[in-house]
Amino acid sequence: MKITKTIIEEHGLSTEEYAEILKVLGREPNYLELGIFSVMWSEHCSYKSSRVHLKKLPTEGPSVIEGPGENAGVVDIGDGLAVVFKMESHNHPSFIEPYQGAATGVGGILRDVFTMGARPVASLNSLRFGSVKNPRTRYLLEGVVAGIAGYGNCMGVPTVGGELFFHESYDGNCLVNAMTAGVVKTNKIFKGNASGLGNPVMYVGSKTGRDGIHGATMASDVFGEGGEERRPTVQVGDPFTEKLLLEACLEVFKTDHVIGIQDMGAAGLTSSSVEMASRAGNGIEIDAALVPRREENMTPYEVFLSESQERMLMVVHPESVSAVVDIFEKWDLSACVIGTVTDTGNITILDNGEVVGDMPISALTDSAPVYSRPSKRPDTQDALNSLDRSALKKSTNYQEVLLKLLGSPNISSRQWVYKQYDHMVRTDTVTLPGSDSAVIRIKGTTKALALTTDCNARYCYLDPKRGAMIAVAEAARNLSVSGALPLALTDCLNFGNPERPDVMWQFEEAIAGMSEACLALDIPVVSGNVSFYNETSGTSIYPTPSVGMVGLIDNLSSHTKQWFTGEGDLIGLFGDTLDEIGGSEYLKVMHGLDKGLPPEIDLKRERATQEACRFAINDGIINSAHDLSDGGLAVALSESAFSPDGFIGAELDIEVAQLSTEALLFGESQSRILVSFSEDDLSKIEKIASEKKVPFRVIGKVGGTRIRINNLIDARVDELFSAWSQTLEKLVKF
Amino acid sequence: MKFAILVYPGSNCDHDCYHVVKHVMGEEAEYVWHKEKSLSGFDGVIVPGGFSYGDYLRAGAIANFSPITNELKTFAEKGGLVLGICNGFQILCEAGILPGALTRNKDQKFICDTVGIKVENNSTKFTSSYKEGAVVELPIAHADGSYYADLDTIKSLEDNSQVIFRYCSASGEITTEANPNGSLGNIAGITNKRGNVLGMMPHPERASERELGSKSGKAVFDSILNALK
Repeated sequence: MKITKTIIEEHGLSTEEYAEILKVLGREPNYLELGIFSVMWSEHCSYKSSRVHLKKLPTEGPSVIEGPGENAGVVDIGDGLAVVFKMESHNHPSFIEPYQGAATGVGGILRDVFTMGARPVASLNSLRFGSVKNPRTRYLLEGVVAGIAGYGNCMGVPTVGGELFFHESYDGNCLVNAMTAGVVKTNKIFKGNASGLGNPVMYVGSKTGRDGIHGATMASDVFGEGGEERRPTVQVGDPFTEKLLLEACLEVFKTDHVIGIQDMGAAGLTSSSVEMASRAGNGIEIDAALVPRREENMTPYEVFLSESQERMLMVVHPESVSAVVDIFEKWDLSACVIGTVTDTGNITILDNGEVVGDMPISALTDSAPVYSRPSKRPDTQDALNSLDRSALKKSTNYQEVLLKLLGSPNISSRQWVYKQYDHMVRTDTVTLPGSDSAVIRIKGTTKALALTTDCNARYCYLDPKRGAMIAVAEAARNLSVSGALPLALTDCLNFGNPERPDVMWQFEEAIAGMSEACLALDIPVVSGNVSFYNETSGTSIYPTPSVGMVGLIDNLSSHTKQWFTGEGDLIGLFGDTLDEIGGSEYLKVMHGLDKGLPPEIDLKRERATQEACRFAINDGIINSAHDLSDGGLAVALSESAFSPDGFIGAELDIEVAQLSTEALLFGESQSRILVSFSEDDLSKIEKIASEKKVPFRVIGKVGGTRIRINNLIDARVDELFSAWSQTLEKLVKF
Repeated sequence: MKFAILVYPGSNCDHDCYHVVKHVMGEEAEYVWHKEKSLSGFDGVIVPGGFSYGDYLRAGAIANFSPITNELKTFAEKGGLVLGICNGFQILCEAGILPGALTRNKDQKFICDTVGIKVENNSTKFTSSYKEGAVVELPIAHADGSYYADLDTIKSLEDNSQVIFRYCSASGEITTEANPNGSLGNIAGITNKRGNVLGMMPHPERASERELGSKSGKAVFDSILNALK
């Protein structure tokens, strides 16, 4: 087939990129080769617009065993164990077909983790949908949640946490970021390496069909009208097969048969074979005719570009083939040899022994374009950042404001979501969804992992740098309030079209903020992905650098949850409340504004506050700890009262000098933690706070059936609870 | 005592049941793959939860055709103790070892929650460690947990006191509001006539340790051990 301009365009390649292909190849590619270039050079696989910036993120630390570049990041947790984790986006497919898009997102991230030899122990997600007034939001929300549940529940991996945010900027592009963490023995970590000349390359798992062809290219483009027509490029998931694949892989990993293994994710057989060969500095030869198929008359082009799910590529010792086949057959899965590792440095594709494609691996990887795209701070940013508070209508009934905030879709209870996820399977979930972070015990040790996902996209829109700093800081704070030491993070950088200078500016700023916060808090980035082109008909999403973070609790006997535990306990507040309401949920809900500057953040103070809180928790003198975030003090206090073990009220008396009432009650000042503790331990906590130079003061007492704050709010806990608990259910029933 | 934990393709609570038997109860446990053909040497069998065969066709339906299920039928007929939890309960019904069927939840969604359970009969081999009329909280996690049987079967279950667990309110009342999935008579667990096979939708293995916040399911395992002594 002659390569025409139309064909090049259909493959999402620019004229310049095609010229580059001609140059690195020294000839015209054939149709198959062009297809392979198009996916390997797609934004999704090559990170061509983000690579220069991603280099600025700190990725190293004393506990980091494997940073970005492998299937997932790996961090040492002692006892000969490591935690393996990653978060990945499945935004484009989920918008087109929410159930399957979200389900296969979960399937993909699970494979990334168990490919490395780890058993997945927990999944989380980070979801963004359009306005609740948009009729499509309900359809997407229901489909995405059901898809995550359908896949994760069947796999027997608990879905233990996440976040959910509604905003009109996601009307045309929802975000579905899925995260999984697994645990592995440090001496049994597997990587995606095609090492050893002549070693057989095996294909294991589901058969290949025509689903998902060009999925990676779709994910590297903006949507226009009629994005639904792209439905055929969304893959269909089969969690049952993946469960078998998981068990079969973990069984084969117990042997010494496997040299390297990689999941066939985006760009399927193409990226897995190219990346495995590239990491080992080898070549690879694959006969497309040997690939198990579920459809007839598939061409090598279709076989190589299919994104059929639940497949792995493995390099094994020559004498191991039959033993590997036996293990997979036990689990009713196909496993067969489809190629060999070579020393040519090329990917050589055969069809029944006849060469149909042959390209240098380096041309596909190292020569992939790298763009330093122009960036520019939008002229509108200044206006966005200015907030005239005197023009705002003054609230008079703060109790009503609190009720309204508690019932807002972005603050209300997430129970409707997590009740659909099996969050208890594996019997390790010590802190169930609903608290600041989920806590998963590690059987056979005294340890536990704390996990969270966070990002306030409104902050990132108003100030991408500070917003990204806060995303990192808040994730770490959510772990610290459980008593966990934050270890490392994974990110999903969801942005608009990188070919727009304002989007590129947001991206660069966010990376800078994230990097600064990671350095200040000693939290390296060990894995992640970038999702650009979240834009429909010219409208971009709010910049959303989602952070997934994992922390370690050394001794499970001292960890905390957000809920008050005992009548008469004192309530204390770490940190200072500033007179700031910019970018707050209050401003959006009460005044319909996304304006001003997000809260200030002092990273040194943040670190000290978290340390103080953690030390006190580890000393066993804290009974509950809750991060102050969306909705500020009044919302956090209410949430601490909604204990699943029974409601318990609180009374606060706080000085309000030099602070507006709005900021006192609903402001979102950073580095603040609400704790409760026995009066006997007050002096110990004060000592820890003063040693860490962190402001701390007692502001009230736990008890009763009401929430009272000064003379501003005095409401029954059950009344607040009913405002908070029913929003999502009502939304989907409407 | 030695327990077999059956492993069908898609079982996913097998490790949890193994853990409780071995590390919480301190008894012997062994995984038995569904292609095996013998259950000899075991004092009891646990059919764990999960999604055997992906719940394709109907939850538990295809597991009926696994070789081990034949053996399970024989084991049960001989009076051996069998506990089926969640998907295990579904498998027992599909295999005809227990009467009735488990159909889609009334609101069509998967539900993972902790719910009130009333122990209706504490004179069984599975519930003797519970107090009479005990009301406990147990986790559930299923999409197909709505118990259904024809009226004659329900009547016979009730007449023979084979309804062991019912969904109930915090105060132990059997109400429609307390019924999470639409089960007839709020039924959450039943035994066979002989009383040696229990099928239940709630997960006692998820509520058997203090670290997980509740030990209210451990009595099921305590009762089984007492019965076997």
